[in-house]
Amino acid sequence: MQKKTAYSFPDEILEHVFSFIQSGKDRNAASVVCKSWYEIERWCRRKIFVGNCYAVSPTMVIRRFPDIRSIELKGKPHFADFNLVPDGWGGYVLPWISEMAGAYPWLEEIRLKRMVVTDESLELVAKSFTNLQVLVLFSCEGFSTDGLAAIAASCKNLRELDLRDSEVDDLSGHWLNHFPDTYTSLVSLNISCLGSDDVSFSALERLVGRCPNLRRLLLNREVPLDKIANLLSRAPQLIEFGTGTYAAELRSDVYSNLAEAFCNCKELKCLSGFWDAVPAYLPVIYSVCSRLTSLNLSYAPIQNPDLTKLVSQCPSLQRMLVLDYIEDSGLEVLASSCKDLQELRVFPSDPFGEEPNVSLTEKGLVAVSSGCPKLQSVLYFCRQMSNAALVTIAQNCPNFTRFRLCLLDPKIADYRTLQPLDVGFGAIVEHCKDLRRLSLSGLLTDRVFEYIGMHAKKLEMLSVAFAGESDLALHHVLSGCESLRKLEIMNCPFGDKALLANAAKLETMRSLWMSSCSVSLGACKMLGQKMPRLNIEVMDEKGPPDSRAESDPVDKLYIYRSVAGPRFDMPPFVWTMDEDFASELS
Amino acid sequence: MSSENGKRLLETDAGGLNFEATELTLGLPGEPRVTSDGGAKLGSKRGFSETVDLKLGDNNREVKLGHSLQEAAKSPVSKTQVVGWPPVRGFAKRGKKSCKYVKVAVDGAPYLRKVDLEIYNSYQQLLTSLEDMFSCFTIRNYLNEKKIEQVNGIEYMPTYEDKDGDWMLVGDVPWQMFVESCKRLRLMKSSEAVGLGLTTGPKYSSTN
Repeated sequence: MQKKTAYSFPDEILEHVFSFIQSGKDRNAASVVCKSWYEIERWCRRKIFVGNCYAVSPTMVIRRFPDIRSIELKGKPHFADFNLVPDGWGGYVLPWISEMAGAYPWLEEIRLKRMVVTDESLELVAKSFTNLQVLVLFSCEGFSTDGLAAIAASCKNLRELDLRDSEVDDLSGHWLNHFPDTYTSLVSLNISCLGSDDVSFSALERLVGRCPNLRRLLLNREVPLDKIANLLSRAPQLIEFGTGTYAAELRSDVYSNLAEAFCNCKELKCLSGFWDAVPAYLPVIYSVCSRLTSLNLSYAPIQNPDLTKLVSQCPSLQRMLVLDYIEDSGLEVLASSCKDLQELRVFPSDPFGEEPNVSLTEKGLVAVSSGCPKLQSVLYFCRQMSNAALVTIAQNCPNFTRFRLCLLDPKIADYRTLQPLDVGFGAIVEHCKDLRRLSLSGLLTDRVFEYIGMHAKKLEMLSVAFAGESDLALHHVLSGCESLRKLEIMNCPFGDKALLANAAKLETMRSLWMSSCSVSLGACKMLGQKMPRLNIEVMDEKGPPDSRAESDPVDKLYIYRSVAGPRFDMPPFVWTMDEDFASELS
Repeated sequence: MSSENGKRLLETDAGGLNFEATELTLGLPGEPRVTSDGGAKLGSKRGFSETVDLKLGDNNREVKLGHSLQEAAKSPVSKTQVVGWPPVRGFAKRGKKSCKYVKVAVDGAPYLRKVDLEIYNSYQQLLTSLEDMFSCFTIRNYLNEKKIEQVNGIEYMPTYEDKDGDWMLVGDVPWQMFVESCKRLRLMKSSEAVGLGLTTGPKYSSTN
């Protein structure tokens, strides 16, 4: 019988087959079938996702994949969002841009998250990638409007420029003027993070006016309300729009212009912005409400009844972001009006206040869980919770994929029974079999971690703070959660035992963050010696590790797998526990 | 509310957490329960007491297993003093008029940090927060002559750079004016501050 081998299939056919495989995971799987598949696949891979920019070096990526057109890179650990990662930690994109400049002249898409991007990097991007179409800088920092000007001037094929949540140095510049008059390809522009002097409004108007394919426009806070009507009238084809400041003295001409402008945007489905919003101007968007699938009011200080009234007019909502001004009563209305709701995020209006300023409790979330059968993703900040509520929510929503609960007092017990919230979260992981992301809070013992290890088999990301009593908790998670990729822990009494016992697990994960826990320096060194494919990074302000005792707990610990070895761009307060380094220190 | 919870927790718990008492049990019938005492004993030096007891330079970090939860419930974490909680994104201040992030440098410390001045209402709150962030240093808190444990014998004076680029002593102007004009903070070694003529006491107390 003639054996069919890989060679009997011409490469071109395999390449064509591979072109239907878009997901990186599937491509990775295909590439390890055999050597020839590996070779064919690597030559035709066009898109790459690097979840940790230090897990691999740009050289290695380029060597394996010679013709990449789209790259996504992530830098700092997630807890950097909450001020836990000091400035200067790392995540610099310049080394990547420098190497790709030569290797990938046809690069089309660059997406970066939590990376340090300098003007020098942006200028290099502008110079090197003439075919750049997409530039997304999500939670990045280190650049100014000068860098943006370089992009605007050179990237003639740019379709998408998204500066979402980035910190841009406030330089007075009319960078928008650098888009040439001949430039008309803009499809998506997000400048919502920019500060006061950064945007020339007339340049923006002209830009919007000459880009007929513009579908997404998110303005920054400084764009006044009375300018929006004019802007919208130049882009009635918009699908997604983010206003600037939504407060102004009520004037009938401004009001009617706005109402008309919104009315003419027949394809508008997503609204955001609404900084400083006042109720007076809310009705101008009523004509759009019935079509809205996504509404972000998380910057709007609007309260009930105006807020609830607005929400009740949006029956097609799939995604809702709002402040806790919505209160339980508003969430009940949401539950009865918005049967297609998939994602809900409720943010605290006064996160640091000692006393509750709104009537938002667990009842609101229970109502939404009961009324919205498609609810999959929740981020909820509130001040009280009960096991009973969590059990009800879990039973109502077995389809949860993301569940993040943040109790403002992080160690608060079940307010009704005064018990820990172990059982409630246990119900969540038991019922929600597809849960991929979970954030815990409240008074929690080792018990909840036992439940998580037992049930949360699809869990990929777990965030823990002020929870647990012993290493057993960490052991449950590391030994039980088969799909775990990212684990971030702050202020928990977890020490060496669980970590050392589950060292091998760490190689199957992207990263582990532990801050203000009880992991000793000695354990870190041991991990560094035993696990060469892990980078063990210790962050400590108090001085180099060799000045401390082996049993001293480290302040911050970041462990991630890497094939690139320890990095060399560490700031003075980060030490690697790599074997060679560790022996130098002792 | 939290301290009330704490007291009641102590009253109902005879000795440790009584899971049998709760009606919301999880797990198949007959499954043996793993008690929390079965876990590894911690010889840890860090635990809840570190987060609830924010005395500067405090080395008393002993955690007693079994009592840790009661302690936690008894003394809940004060919100203005914990870095990273609640996990709200820094510069995306929602519902607030503005946010005023300034960098904080401490002489001799390799870290820079950022604080949002808008979340504080007084100099006292700011300094308490700074004490927590840079807990290994002694920050001279002369606003109310608080006695602070000396860790390494070096005192630091809180100074700031204002809009005009001048370095001023924190506390010299009314709080709101400070928030508006402060560009960055620097905790300067007292010895250096003397040289810059910044040792005259502040005019405004924490009550302004």
